[in-house]
Amino acid sequence: MTNMAFSQTQAQSNDDLQPSRLTLILRYLRRNKSLTFGLLLLIFLIAFTTIGMLTIDQDRAYALAVKSKQAPGAEFLFGTDFFGRDMLAVMIVGTWQTALIGVLAGGLGTLIGVILGFVAAYFGGIVDKSIIGISQILVPIPPLLIQIIIAGTLDKRDVTIYTMAFIVVILAWMGPTLVMRSQVLSMKERQYVSVAKLSGVGDVGIIFMEILPNLLPFIVAQFVTQVFAAVFASFYLAVLGLGPVREPLLGNIIWAAMNQGAFFNGWWWWPIFPAVGLVLILGSLALINMGLDELSNPRVRRSE
Amino acid sequence: MSYKNILRRLVFLVMVIWVAATIVFFIPRISSRNPVRERFAALARTGGFSPGDLETIIASYNTKFGLDKPLMEQYTDYLGSLARFDLGISMNQFPKTTSELIMEALPWTIGLLFVTTILSFIIGNLLGAMAAWPKTPDWLRNIATSFVLLQGVPPVLMGLLLIFFIGFRANLLPISGAHSIGVVPEFTLKFLLDVGKHQILPALALIFGSVGGWVLSMRGMGVTIQGEDYVLFAEHKGLGNSAIFKNYFLRNAMLPQVTGFALALGNLVVSAIVVEEIFGLPGLGTLLSKSIRVNDFLVIYGIVLFITIAIATLMVLVELLYPLLDPRISLEN
Repeated sequence: MTNMAFSQTQAQSNDDLQPSRLTLILRYLRRNKSLTFGLLLLIFLIAFTTIGMLTIDQDRAYALAVKSKQAPGAEFLFGTDFFGRDMLAVMIVGTWQTALIGVLAGGLGTLIGVILGFVAAYFGGIVDKSIIGISQILVPIPPLLIQIIIAGTLDKRDVTIYTMAFIVVILAWMGPTLVMRSQVLSMKERQYVSVAKLSGVGDVGIIFMEILPNLLPFIVAQFVTQVFAAVFASFYLAVLGLGPVREPLLGNIIWAAMNQGAFFNGWWWWPIFPAVGLVLILGSLALINMGLDELSNPRVRRSE
Repeated sequence: MSYKNILRRLVFLVMVIWVAATIVFFIPRISSRNPVRERFAALARTGGFSPGDLETIIASYNTKFGLDKPLMEQYTDYLGSLARFDLGISMNQFPKTTSELIMEALPWTIGLLFVTTILSFIIGNLLGAMAAWPKTPDWLRNIATSFVLLQGVPPVLMGLLLIFFIGFRANLLPISGAHSIGVVPEFTLKFLLDVGKHQILPALALIFGSVGGWVLSMRGMGVTIQGEDYVLFAEHKGLGNSAIFKNYFLRNAMLPQVTGFALALGNLVVSAIVVEEIFGLPGLGTLLSKSIRVNDFLVIYGIVLFITIAIATLMVLVELLYPLLDPRISLEN
C-alpha cells in the first residue's frame, strides 16, 4: 500500500520533471512572444480566408457583382468599390490569392535554393564556382526591376495568379542558394557526417539521413523569408499595374483604387481594407521570422 | 589598398551591368508582344489611318529603331549605344530621349531618397543599439524594440495608412502631387515650402517603412557585441556609460550595418519608386508607371537599367570604402 503510494508520487514527480512535449512547446511559446503572436495572426488569417471561401459567393469579388460605391455598413460590411465588387468578398478571395502566390513562389524559390545550395556545397569545384558566381552577379540587380520587364512584356491576358508566382520565382532563388550552401559547407565538416561516411553510408544516405534533418530549421526560416519576399514582390508588381488586372488580388485592388482617385472621392474603404489585409499578412510573417530567429540564435534572447 | 582588388571589383561591376543589360535586351524579344505594332494599332483605332499605312509606318519605325536587323546585330548595337550612355528615344514623347526623361525625373527621386535613407539609417541604428544596450532604461528599450514591428509594413502600405489617417481623416497634410494645383513653379520661399509640405508624407512613409529592418539587424548585432571582451574591458577600466556606448559598442556594431546599407539600397529605391506612384509625385517611379501604362518600352528598359547600374555602382563603392571604416579589413583578401 505505502509502496504503491510511493511509486505513484514518484511517477508524478517524474511527470513534473519531464512535462509532455505539448506543454514544453506551449511554455516556449509563452517566452517567444513574436513567434506566438505571428502564429496566432497567421491562424486567424487562414481561418478568415478558408471559412470565407467556403461560405461566400466568390463571384461577388469580381466586377459588376453588386451595387457600386457603397460605404461600409450593415448590408456590405466592408463596403463596395467603384466597379461593383463586394469588398468583404474581395478581402477573402484576395487574401487567398495573395497567400497562394506567396506560398507557391516562396516554396519553389526555397526548393530551388536548397537543391542548388546542396549541389554547390556537396560537389564543389567548377559546379560550386559557377553557381556561386551566377548568384553573386544577380544579387545586386533589384529583382523587382527585372520582374517589371518580364511582367511588362507578357500579354495582359496571359498574366494570371500562377504566372505572377512564376515571375517572382525567377529571381528569388539566389538568397536561399547562398544561405543553404554555407550551411551545408559547415555541416559537411561535422563529426557525425564523418562517422556516417566511415561506416559506409553513401552520398544519398548522408544527404537525406544526416544533413537534411539538421538543416530543417534553416530551411523553414528561409521558406518564411521567401514567402514574405514573394508577397512583397507580387504586391509591388500589382501596385504598378502589372498584376492579373481582373483578379481581386489585394495589390490590384489598391492599384485600381489609387487610379480612380479613391481618396479624393471619399471612398477610403476601397484602398484601406486591402492595405490593412496586406499589413496583417506581412506582419504575421515578419513576426514568425523574428521568432524563428530567436529560436535558432539564443543570443538575441538575452536582450529581452 | 591593392589595385588588383579594386580592378577585380570593377570587373565584377561591369559583369553585373552586362548581365542586367542582356536580360533587359533579350526578355522582351522572347515574348510575342510587339510594342511598336501595339502602339500604332491603338493609334489607328483612334486616329483612323488605313491598315496599309499602318504597315508602312511600322516598317519605317522598325528601320528607325533598328528592329529589322538580325538579333545579334541589334544586340551589339544595343551594347554599343549603352556604352555611350545612349538609352534610346521615347516612343510616347517622341523627340525626347530616354536619358532626357530620366534626368528630368531624377532630382525628385534623389531628393526624396537621400533624405529618407539617411534619416532611417540613423534613427533605425540608434533605436536598435538602444534596444540591445543593457543599460538602457526599460521604457526606452520597450519603445525602441517596438519599432521592430514596423518591419512588416512596407513603405507603400505605410504610405497608404499615412494618407488615410493624416491626410484624409485629420486633413493635416496634402496627400498627392508635388505642389498645390495651380501654383506656378518658381524659386520662391513660398513655393519651396509648398513643395516641402507635399514631401512630408511620402518621406515619413519611406522612413517608417524601412526603419524596422535597421532596428532588427542592429539589435542583433548589438547583442553580439555587448558580450565582446573589449566592451567588458572598457567597463572594467571604469569608462563612463556614454563613452562605452559611443566608442566601443555603437562603432563596432555599426560596421556590418554599412554593408547591409549597400544591400538595402536596392529595396529602398524600388520602394521609393512605388511610393512616388502612390503619392503621384513626379520622379522615376511615376515616369516608369506612366511608361508601363502606354508600353513605352525603351523608356521602361532605360529606367530599369539606369537604376540597376546606379545601385550596383553604389554597392561596389561601399565595398571599396569599407576598409576606411574598419582598418582590420583590408582589400587584400
